[in-house]
Amino acid sequence: MIRRRRLPIPRAWVSPLAILGIVIAIAWVIVAITAPLWVPYEPNAQGLPRLQEPGVDTLLGTDAVGRDVFSRLMTGASVTIPLALLLVAVSLVLGTVLGAVAGYFGGWIDEVLMRVTDLVMAFPTVILAMVVAASLGPSLFNAVLAAIVVSWPAYARVTRSLVLGLRQQNYVLAGRLLGFSPLRSLLVDILPNIAGPVVVLATLDVGTAILLLSGLSFLGLGAQPPTAEWGSMISSAIQNFDAWWIGAFPGLAILTVVLAFNFIGDSLRDVLDPVSSGERQAAGVATAPTAKSDAAPSGTAAAS
Amino acid sequence: MSATVLAIDGLRIAFGSTPVVHDVTLDLRAGRVQGLAGESGSGKTVTAMSVLGLLPRTASVSGSIRLGTTELVGLRRKQLNEVRGRRIAMVFQDPSASLHPQLTVGHQLTDHMRRHLRLDRRAAKARAAELLDRVRVPDPEGALHRYPHQFSGGQRQRIAIAVALACDPDVLLADEPTTALDVTVQAGVLHLLRNLAIERDLAVLLVTHDLGVMSAIADDVAVMRHGVVVEAGTREQVFRSPAHEYTRTLLAAMPDGPGTNPEGTDVE
Amino acid sequence: MSALLSIDDLVVEYAGRTTVRAVDGIGLTIEPGEVLALVGESGCGKSSTARAVVGMEKPASGTVDYRGETVPPLGLRRRPQRFTAIQMVFQDPNSSLNPRKRVDAQIADGIAAARLRGAAGSTPQEWLEAVGLDAAMASRFPHQFSGGQRQRIAIARALAARPDLIVADEPISALDASSQAAVAGLMRQLCLDAGAGMLFISHDLSVVRVIADRTAVMYRGRIVESGRSETIWADPVHPYTRALLSAIPHPDGLGRMPAAPAAEAPAEWSASIREALDRV
Repeated sequence: MIRRRRLPIPRAWVSPLAILGIVIAIAWVIVAITAPLWVPYEPNAQGLPRLQEPGVDTLLGTDAVGRDVFSRLMTGASVTIPLALLLVAVSLVLGTVLGAVAGYFGGWIDEVLMRVTDLVMAFPTVILAMVVAASLGPSLFNAVLAAIVVSWPAYARVTRSLVLGLRQQNYVLAGRLLGFSPLRSLLVDILPNIAGPVVVLATLDVGTAILLLSGLSFLGLGAQPPTAEWGSMISSAIQNFDAWWIGAFPGLAILTVVLAFNFIGDSLRDVLDPVSSGERQAAGVATAPTAKSDAAPSGTAAAS
Repeated sequence: MSATVLAIDGLRIAFGSTPVVHDVTLDLRAGRVQGLAGESGSGKTVTAMSVLGLLPRTASVSGSIRLGTTELVGLRRKQLNEVRGRRIAMVFQDPSASLHPQLTVGHQLTDHMRRHLRLDRRAAKARAAELLDRVRVPDPEGALHRYPHQFSGGQRQRIAIAVALACDPDVLLADEPTTALDVTVQAGVLHLLRNLAIERDLAVLLVTHDLGVMSAIADDVAVMRHGVVVEAGTREQVFRSPAHEYTRTLLAAMPDGPGTNPEGTDVE
Repeated sequence: MSALLSIDDLVVEYAGRTTVRAVDGIGLTIEPGEVLALVGESGCGKSSTARAVVGMEKPASGTVDYRGETVPPLGLRRRPQRFTAIQMVFQDPNSSLNPRKRVDAQIADGIAAARLRGAAGSTPQEWLEAVGLDAAMASRFPHQFSGGQRQRIAIARALAARPDLIVADEPISALDASSQAAVAGLMRQLCLDAGAGMLFISHDLSVVRVIADRTAVMYRGRIVESGRSETIWADPVHPYTRALLSAIPHPDGLGRMPAAPAAEAPAEWSASIREALDRV
């Protein structure tokens, strides 16, 4: 039998966009952690002149009640970014567990879970999140809950279809024949092999999560004044349209974080599919176009 | 001895800096089947693909592949397209991959003829039915209006052969043409290939790992290993008195070969 | 004492727009230390039979008994320990091993299954050597091996469970021709060393002749000819067996064309001939 040979694929991880994404993301995470230590003003202190343009004293200007936009923006990172990561992590775990159970066991469990995801996914994400957040009452915590409600089905569906594909793989069946319990089969044989695509999805989803949380705050359903949150900062800028700096800088902040995680996610996808680049390198001889005869001694593989 | 139709001389192929074919020389003659044997990764398929210029861009090809007086190595894409399908045709292992699933068999057969031979619709259709009849697809007229999935695997391969022969090529490259077929179906396709070579004066390059198939229809056999032709000669020479150690081990590994070695070790 | 494996009137069906009957009432037995080959062409039902034997397919009717006890379907429950003595080797070596688990850990899963049944312990390295691989390669991942080596590892994992029944579904057809006979011979040897029985599924009669004590030829869901391998090979009775045998090309260098059947699937291939069964 002729095996189709994989030709060397350029390594995606070194792409400049990926590096840019990582640098921006790390910078924001550092800001989120350390901002309270070095911002020039108390983020909620109102002592400064109102609506001051960006300048030497106030780097990004001040807002309508005389707060420093730069200090609020930096502090805002520690509100938005951890919550977005938390939201993605919870959706990921919830969706993956439910999707894996649905895909592995099938039957009525699958039916019920998939109809629930259908129901959630039938509504536009933002509108459904608004409805849920509004009915829970406006608070940042409830906004996160609402976002989880609309986010987990995507993970459940992706996980389910991946599990369905793997469930019939020979190594999974071989494990069952060796007496693996279904749980062990899922944890040992299936989940490690679907982790790649799910992690990619999650990385791409961080950007969406930030947009969703900021969006809810912008609409007044999330962070409440005077919390320095990027969405609610933009929201408060609407009343002072001429003072562009109040809304533009939080908007830019959101843009950079979203783009950074998208760049990372895109490169992760390239790298993890189909075999991660580290492994490709380790495989060496096995994937090089000079693939040797079937029975070639593995000494050659060991040498690489 | 019949005339050389395609001459491969000193062919070298590398992917990036990795050489995969070293200095391969083969002569394809009219009416004869030249076998190219080897295990997976020996470079036999790459060699066949290079004749049609079907290698990925990362491949570098040197040496010479001459079709009559035309040098194919380094030929421009447009001129190569003229040669492909018109003078050199190819049949692959998986017939469903070489037939378009959503076009009728008639469409796929006449498309080539109308473009390369400039036949009108009626003439092309008549010729298509004739070809299907020749490759022994039952009810050729009706078959023209059907789709590939409506045929069995063996019939699909026969249709793929008909498509390959549509423009009356001089050279047919067959890469594992019967590997995906059942053994009873394979026998019929082998007969067909053998007979076509003789009656159409076709030069056939048969690439296969199956030494049984090779022994049945190849006139001349070349054995490749690690990109090198280690042995070449007539079928009788190669099978009955192999000169190279590798050929001998390959033959010995066959359960019904000259020396049976069922519990021995792998052949490298 | 009951046979190691006893299949009686097995029917396997696949529901769809029309129900397809893949296996149409077949019977087989395998004794310890015996290799039975089930041969036939694509779609004849041989793989469905293999899947039914290990419980991956639920029989529409008929029985599959292992040591006198019905093989349970591979469902939502953990497989009862005594049935882990039935092991399977699959066709595609690339999907037979977990890509993210080192091979010694995968073979250790087999060893653990054996120990749970009270069988003697062993090490992954021993098994790698038993299938002709270097024990030093134990800590590698599957992609670091060639297809043939992966199949040997899959065989090692199955054998490490110390099975007494091995079901091998086309275990050699994805391998290079030169290693096919070697791997098949190895499987027979290891199987006999362990005193196990083996159901060996293949479309390649020439390999089967060398390694199987008995052969059953399947065509369209039924067994058309069965009995001692040498007898069937030397003197086939059923028209289908004859067509199958004479269609095999031999690497003798004589340029003999294999015999091609006059038509695709002639009616006589479906005939049931009593004297073609249970030949000695």
